[in-house]
Parts: sequence; C-alpha cells; structure tokens
Amino acid sequence: MSGPNFSNPVVRWIEHRLPVFSFMHHELHEYPTPKNLNYWWNFGSLAGMVLVIMLVTGIVLAMHYTPHVDYAFASVERIMRDVNYGWLIRYIHSNGASFFFIVVYIHIFRGLYYGSYKAPRELLWILGVVILLLMMATAFMGYVLPWGQMSFWGATVITNLFSAVPGIGDWIVTLLWGGFAVDNPTLNRFYSLHYLLPFLIVGVVVLHVIALHRFGSNNPLGIDLRGQQDSIPFHPYYTVKDMFGLGVFLIFFSAVVFFLPNAMGHADNYIPADPLVTPAHIVPEWYFLPFYAILRAIPDKLLGVIAMFASIGVLFILPWLDRSPVRSASFRPIFRIFFWVLLADCVLLTYLGAKAPEGIYVVLARIGTAYYFFHFLLLLPALSIFETPRPLPRSISRPVLDPAGSVAAPAATSKEAP
Amino acid sequence: MAETHDGATRRDFIHVASATMGVVGGACVAWPFIHQMNPAADTLALASTEFDTAGVAEGMAVTVLWRGKPVFVRHRTAAEIEEAGAVDLESLPDPQADADRAERPEMLVLVGVCTHLGCVPLGQKATDPRGEWGGWFCPCHGSHYDTSGRIRKGPAPENLEVPPYTYISDTVIRIG
Ligand code: HEM
Ligand code: FES
Repeated sequence: MSGPNFSNPVVRWIEHRLPVFSFMHHELHEYPTPKNLNYWWNFGSLAGMVLVIMLVTGIVLAMHYTPHVDYAFASVERIMRDVNYGWLIRYIHSNGASFFFIVVYIHIFRGLYYGSYKAPRELLWILGVVILLLMMATAFMGYVLPWGQMSFWGATVITNLFSAVPGIGDWIVTLLWGGFAVDNPTLNRFYSLHYLLPFLIVGVVVLHVIALHRFGSNNPLGIDLRGQQDSIPFHPYYTVKDMFGLGVFLIFFSAVVFFLPNAMGHADNYIPADPLVTPAHIVPEWYFLPFYAILRAIPDKLLGVIAMFASIGVLFILPWLDRSPVRSASFRPIFRIFFWVLLADCVLLTYLGAKAPEGIYVVLARIGTAYYFFHFLLLLPALSIFETPRPLPRSISRPVLDPAGSVAAPAATSKEAP
Repeated sequence: MAETHDGATRRDFIHVASATMGVVGGACVAWPFIHQMNPAADTLALASTEFDTAGVAEGMAVTVLWRGKPVFVRHRTAAEIEEAGAVDLESLPDPQADADRAERPEMLVLVGVCTHLGCVPLGQKATDPRGEWGGWFCPCHGSHYDTSGRIRKGPAPENLEVPPYTYISDTVIRIG
C-alpha cells in the first residue's frame, strides 16, 4: 500500500481495512495545489462551509417548524420568540441563503474571469451549474415555508411560469400545486423537497470536488502546472488560507445576522399569507432578480420563460462557446474588458429586477437581456477567433524567477485539436 | 525558531493558543444549537396548572394534565388514610410518612408516572386493578403502590412523586 505511514496503531488497523486515512491524506494534505492562487480561490471551500451552516441550521429549524397553512406562520413566529436562540438560528439560515448566493456568484465570476470552465474542467463547470440550479430551487421552496405574503405570492407567480408551456401548461401547474391554487398540499411538498434538495447538493458537490481533484485547481495565470516547483501541498498552506478567509467571511456574515438581519428580506413576509390579497409590489429575493428582469423584459409569456431558463442554459454550453485556448483573462485584453461589461450588465439586471416593469426600466431591461445573450452567444465565439492573446509565461515559477522568460501565445500553448 | 528555556517554541504557543481559542469559540457556537432543544418559553409558560378539587367526591379520583404528564388527584376514604398512616416505615423500600405526602390528608396529589420506566399506573377508575395494597398497580412490569402512592412491591425504586402544589383558595390547587 502506498501513502503515508501512520504511527497510531488504531489508525493503522482501520487504514488497513478501510483506507480512509490515506485518502484524506492524499486529498487534503499532500494534494498539490498551484502556489499562485489568489483570494478568489477561497470561495469554493467557503461555499462548502456555508452549505454546512445551512444544513445544520435547517435541520434545527425543522425541529420546530410545522408545515401546515394554519400553523406554519405561527410556528415560525414561535421560533423567533419562544424557542431558545430560535431567532439566531433562523436569522443564520435566512441570511445564510443570501450569503450562499453571494459566495457562489463570486465563485462563478472567478471561473468566468480565469477561464476555469475550459478543458479539461468542462464537467467540473457543468456540475457547478447543476449545483446553482439546485440551490435556486432549494432557496425558492425554502422562502415559501414561513407562509407570509411574499412566500405565498412568490410561489404563485413562479409556479405559474409553467403555465406558459404550450398545451400541457395548466396540467403541469395543477400537478405542482396538488390543487387549484397554492395551498396546503403545495406547502407540504415544498417542505419535503426543501429538506431533500440540500442533500442532493451535497452529492453533486462531492462529484464537483472529485472532478476538481482530477486535474487540480486552475490558477490566476491559467496555465498548467509544469512540475513540482509550481505547486505546494494543500495542507497547511491552503487549509490555513481557507480558515483565514472563513474568519473574514464570518465577520461580515455575523455583522448582518446580528445587526441587519432583515435588510435583505422583505417586510411583507411578516404578514401571514392571504390568498385573497396580492401585495402591491411582489419581488423575489435579490439573488433571483437578474433572472426575474430577463423574464419580464420579454413581452411574450412563453418566450420570457424560455429566455429566463436559457440565461442559465448558456452556462452549460459555455465551454464550447468560448473556444480560445487561453484561460486567464489576464492574457486576453479584449475578453477582459467584456468580462467587466458582463458583470456590470448582471448588476444592472439585478437592479432592474427590483423595479416596477414600466417606462425606462423596461427599455433598459431589454438592452441588458440582449447584451447578456450577445456576450455568450456571439461575442465569446467571435473573440475566440479574432482576439490576439498576450504572451503566456512559460510556467508559474517563471514570471518570478525570470521575467523575460515568456513565449508567444497561443503558438506555444498546447492547442486542442479542432 | 526562538526557543524558551524548557524547549517550547513560539510556534508551539501559537498552536496551543489557536486550538484553545477554537475550542472556546466552538463551544460558544454549539451552545445555542444544543439549548434550542430545551423547552421553549411558551412550553415553560404552560408549566403550571390550576384545578378545583371541589368536584372530586370521596372515593373518587381524577386525572389532570400537567406539563404533558398525568397528575392523580384522589379523594381518599377515611379507611384508606388510616391504612396509609398505619404502615411501619422501616418495611418500606422508599420510607416516607403519609403525612409528608399530602397537604390535606383526604386529597392526595401525585404525578401519575411509574418511577420504574414511566408507564401510567392503573387505579384511577373504580374498575381498575389497584394492586395488593389498594393504591395503584403498574401493568408494565408489575409495580404495586399503596394508598399513599408509595412503592411496596415490584421493580419501581421510588414512591410516586408528589408534585409541588399549593392551595390558592379553599378548594383550588395550583400544580407547578
Ligand atoms: C454549493 C455550491 C458550490 C460548492 C460547495 C463548490 C465547491 C468548490 C470547491 C471547494 C472548489 C475548489 C476551490 C476553488 O477553486 O475555489 C470548487 C472549484 C470550482 N467550482 Fe465550485 N462549488 C460550488 C458551486 C459552483 C458553481 C455554481 C460553479 C459554476 C457555475 C462552480 C464552478 C467551479 C469551478 C469551475 C471550479 C474549479 C475552479 C478552478 O480550479 O479554477 N462551482 N468548487
Ligand atoms: S414502568 Fe411501571 S413497572 Fe415498569
């Protein structure tokens, strides 16, 4: 058997029969990691830790929550007022969802900037997008559980999206509801699924990490490791860095949980659900706003729904849209500019998603939506052909040891067979 | 690496200090997650129950719910009180005088939970088996309680518990 020599006899006895210790040593200790990772590489493990926080607080909330239209709202208020530290646990869970999206969005834009979706990491990227979809479904159904006005009407609006499907739309919506409107059967099934999906996310994260460890992390230069001198062991260097990042994250997270716990929520959700009165202005949670803006930008019901799903769909095929062999935006002068334009576009769409769909806001949302698809479907394929990348360093160690030792790209990079 | 006279390095100190900090911090975070399982404020608010004993005629027994558990209120007959008082305390597994178990001798108030493993003993209804000492009989593993609710025979180690209660008027008691 290869691997480390363990001195503890109990560990040795177990290791001989169940090689978990050498597995952990291999994947978490000696795991060779590029030595030049910057802080944007903290967000993957951070997302994993937020996922654990969500699971723990969620399981605790489930000990006190009642999934019934007559009791759900009251049981949440009981958690806030009567359950010991219930307020804390609920605020961690509700704000944790927002922070989960902040962390994962940063993680995704990190991947977009440094070309982490490119070969050989396409499946790693696709699994990430699957995680994103599962997260959205989980967050949406979780938001329904407190059974406030926003819960109810959010559920109504989002489930009604499926009525746009030609022919069988109404049939699907009735199936989702288990009735003729969002009601107790809907709440019960959402609760069941809200408990289930996070564990599916855990499963996909495991696959995600297996895929990651196949080729290891990408890095800010976007070039492959050229040998031992380019990497350092994961432990202690990146375990400590990840712990430090976690500490910084928790400062921000705690500030919101303790001092601004409702800043990212909507006041109307503290009004019990009323199937007879729709709030004047329903908005989804902030992390859904760009998609909501895309939905409303398109005047046709079916096309709006298609555009909304397609905005995530393009991420699945991104590795085949951007065919430039250079990964990192640091060496792609034009791509880099448009990366920031895309980011600004997404921020704009987030802002517009919260505005009433009228006047200038509609016009801007249409421009924003058009640009979003233009970026992925036309610009990236075109840039792959027309952009001239800057010369790539010969290796990760080279720019430090020998600043002049770079070669012209892309000729020197191992280009994929066309 | 700077070493102190007994061979410990500054790095050792940092390791111990961070581990200690981690344990303290972890414990502080763990506590809310443990304490949430304890009774909530509304559960504690239900922790006392009032009951009017006026309706319990002599020889009759009524079961009241207190903190989710049954409380036996039994209006004992003179013969039962007599019997409970006449016992030789030395012969009891859990010696306690009957006078110490009832605020007023005729009105016996007990937590109706067997001190063995928590079943509810029989004996509240006239038709129930009351065991060899005419009090209560626990069917789960055969514990016999006398007319003062004291354990006389069977696996239960202690007498039926007397809950804290006070008379808040001539006939009304507040349990808890
Ligand atoms: C629950 C959510 C997620 C968790 C727990 C998670 C976890 C991780 C971890 C631990 C890493 C390694 C550290 C790092 O490179 O930052 C990683 C890498 C990666 N993740 Fe995720 N991830 C999540 C969501 C996503 C999503 C939504 C995407 C993309 C749409 C994504 C794409 C990637 C890519 C491409 C890498 C490799 C990055 C590189 O090496 O440059 N992940 N992920
Ligand atoms: S529980 Fe009553 S005798 Fe065992």
